[in-house]
Amino acid sequence: MPFMSVKFNLQKRVKLAQGLWMFYWLSVIVGISIFSLGIFFKIELRKRSEVMDNSESHLVPNLLILVGMLACGLNAFGGKMCHDALDPIKFSKMKPMLKPFMLLSCGFSMLLLLVALLCFLMQFSIYLTLAEGLKNTIRFYKDTDTPGRCFMKRTLDITQIEFRCCGNNNFRDWFEVQWISNRYLDMSNDVVKDRVLSNVEGKYLMDSVPFSCCNPGSPRPCIQHHLTNNSAHYDYDHRTEELNIWTRGCREAVFSYYSSIMTSIGVLIIITIILESMDVAGLKYLSTSLETMTDPENPECESEGWLLEKGFKETFADVLTKLKTLGRANQVQEGGDAPEVSPP
Amino acid sequence: MALMVVKFDLKKRVKLAQTVWFMYWFAVLAGILLLSLGLFFKIELRKRSELMDNNESHFLPNLLIIMGLIACGINAFGGKVCYDSLDPLKFVKWKTVLKPFLVFCVVFNALLLVTALFCFVMRIPLQFTLAEGLKNGMKYYKDSDTPGRCYMKRTLDLMQMEFRCCGNDNYRDWFEIQWVSNRYLDFSAKEVKDRIGSNVDGQYLMDGVPFSCCNPGSPRPCIQQQMTNNSAHYSYDHYTEELNVWKRGCRDALLSYYGGIMNTIGALVVLISVTVGLQYVQSSLSSLANPEDVESESEGFLLEKSVKETFTDIMTKMKTMGKGVKVEEGGEEGIATRE
Repeated sequence: MPFMSVKFNLQKRVKLAQGLWMFYWLSVIVGISIFSLGIFFKIELRKRSEVMDNSESHLVPNLLILVGMLACGLNAFGGKMCHDALDPIKFSKMKPMLKPFMLLSCGFSMLLLLVALLCFLMQFSIYLTLAEGLKNTIRFYKDTDTPGRCFMKRTLDITQIEFRCCGNNNFRDWFEVQWISNRYLDMSNDVVKDRVLSNVEGKYLMDSVPFSCCNPGSPRPCIQHHLTNNSAHYDYDHRTEELNIWTRGCREAVFSYYSSIMTSIGVLIIITIILESMDVAGLKYLSTSLETMTDPENPECESEGWLLEKGFKETFADVLTKLKTLGRANQVQEGGDAPEVSPP
Repeated sequence: MALMVVKFDLKKRVKLAQTVWFMYWFAVLAGILLLSLGLFFKIELRKRSELMDNNESHFLPNLLIIMGLIACGINAFGGKVCYDSLDPLKFVKWKTVLKPFLVFCVVFNALLLVTALFCFVMRIPLQFTLAEGLKNGMKYYKDSDTPGRCYMKRTLDLMQMEFRCCGNDNYRDWFEIQWVSNRYLDFSAKEVKDRIGSNVDGQYLMDGVPFSCCNPGSPRPCIQQQMTNNSAHYSYDHYTEELNVWKRGCRDALLSYYGGIMNTIGALVVLISVTVGLQYVQSSLSSLANPEDVESESEGFLLEKSVKETFTDIMTKMKTMGKGVKVEEGGEEGIATRE
């Protein structure tokens, strides 16, 4: 007994074909949007690859680009098939292609599911890459004369201004590194000599942050230097001062930005999976309704369309037996080969 | 003799009507584009109205919005007329309205060209508004506790960071005003008292700039304070230092930004008016080509007589209109004297 069968007359068949054709073109548009989102994500990762140590994984955007192109191609072909389905001559030409096409669509939906899963899981990898990359960027902030690192300062400053954040976890990360290059330190000065000698590694550490940490919304001009020294500034208490510099850490800020991009892409892919399944179901109905026409010469006749030829359990048992016979066919072949070897 | 006569049979009429209908809907899209450009420009002006003393002229974006709405309306109407034109019953209704409609369209096209001219010309008043507004903006930078001005600092800082500029003409504008509020100055300190005593207005002036003037591309951490004092910083010469703070003035930066928007909008408006004008030509052809009998041939033309004759006709019409008014007045006087 067929699974979920529906009776069709000419009008219903035409309506189904038209509706399915529109759905396929909607899927093409969704495929184009996945493709462009993949390109957008790749560009965003490239823009800030310095902050992530140039070691970020481009797996997800590359997959999205590939999947977007495949979706466009597959769905455009499906739309063409729908368009031709109602013409009996063209339909008989494309009949042999229907079954492999539907299997390909199902396989493509599996691939989409995998990509959606990756979108949600790769966020962990980005978090770890960001943590490591930001730590190194802060360390190399002062190396504006070292080839390969001369733009670290500019990238980090622009990132801090754009994402409204300061340091890795918070602004105190800047107190632990020397972010002023030795080129700009007067080593003959007593103050400088004291600071450099006051720690084991001989670094010029101070309780200051770069200008990019400043919050423009603060009512008072930005206090960057001697942040923890209340007496260095008039009417200033560093424990209660909240608006002076950004209090958020850049790892949080940048990660939440990328995480929101990846989550929205994941949601879009799940919508695409649902759309694809509906397309395949519609195509199955259309093809079966056209095949079961009682009188092929008369287009006005009635027909029946279904999702599966037998019930759900029977189809499943059929597929299992097919797989088993495939395995046995291989074994029989080997047995056939062996006797051939012995006679010569 | 009519101008640009073309013979039409049914097929050609149908094709012409379809093409003109399509072009009318394209013109509706152009009208929507005009509307959205006007809205975008209005929003951009509003965003930075604090920097222009809140007295910038919204004349141009309002004009663009109105023109966009009118364009949508008349082109949708034209499309509907085209759609009905092939059905003789429906077309009879529209025949009387058609001539004034086409005249109105030509007038509207001329107005579009005037709008485009405004787009290019309004740059000059904008320049003056910006210069005045930025000067005041910098004066009120420190007044973050005065109601109505408490966001001036934030707006100015964000603008300097976004447009990569410093001060009105250049960074030295910051040396001439007090941009640190008195709330954060320790008046018992000798240094503060000296600075305030050193000028007539009693202002705390210094050769420093706010942090938003800093250039992130500078290889060295930003030098904001004591900028003209070479000995205050190691290995620093303020005459040769170029990357430390932004060199450009904010008036130039903002003017080139808004000027760019206005030039683009002006160019688009000229393009729209030229494209839309072409299809009025076609529509006048199609409107005059529809006879009562659908299958018969007919003639379509742009003007009933040649250009010179049409022009003299219009002149005589205007003269008779003037004479008609005079005759009416004379008639009324006659009635008045009789009574």
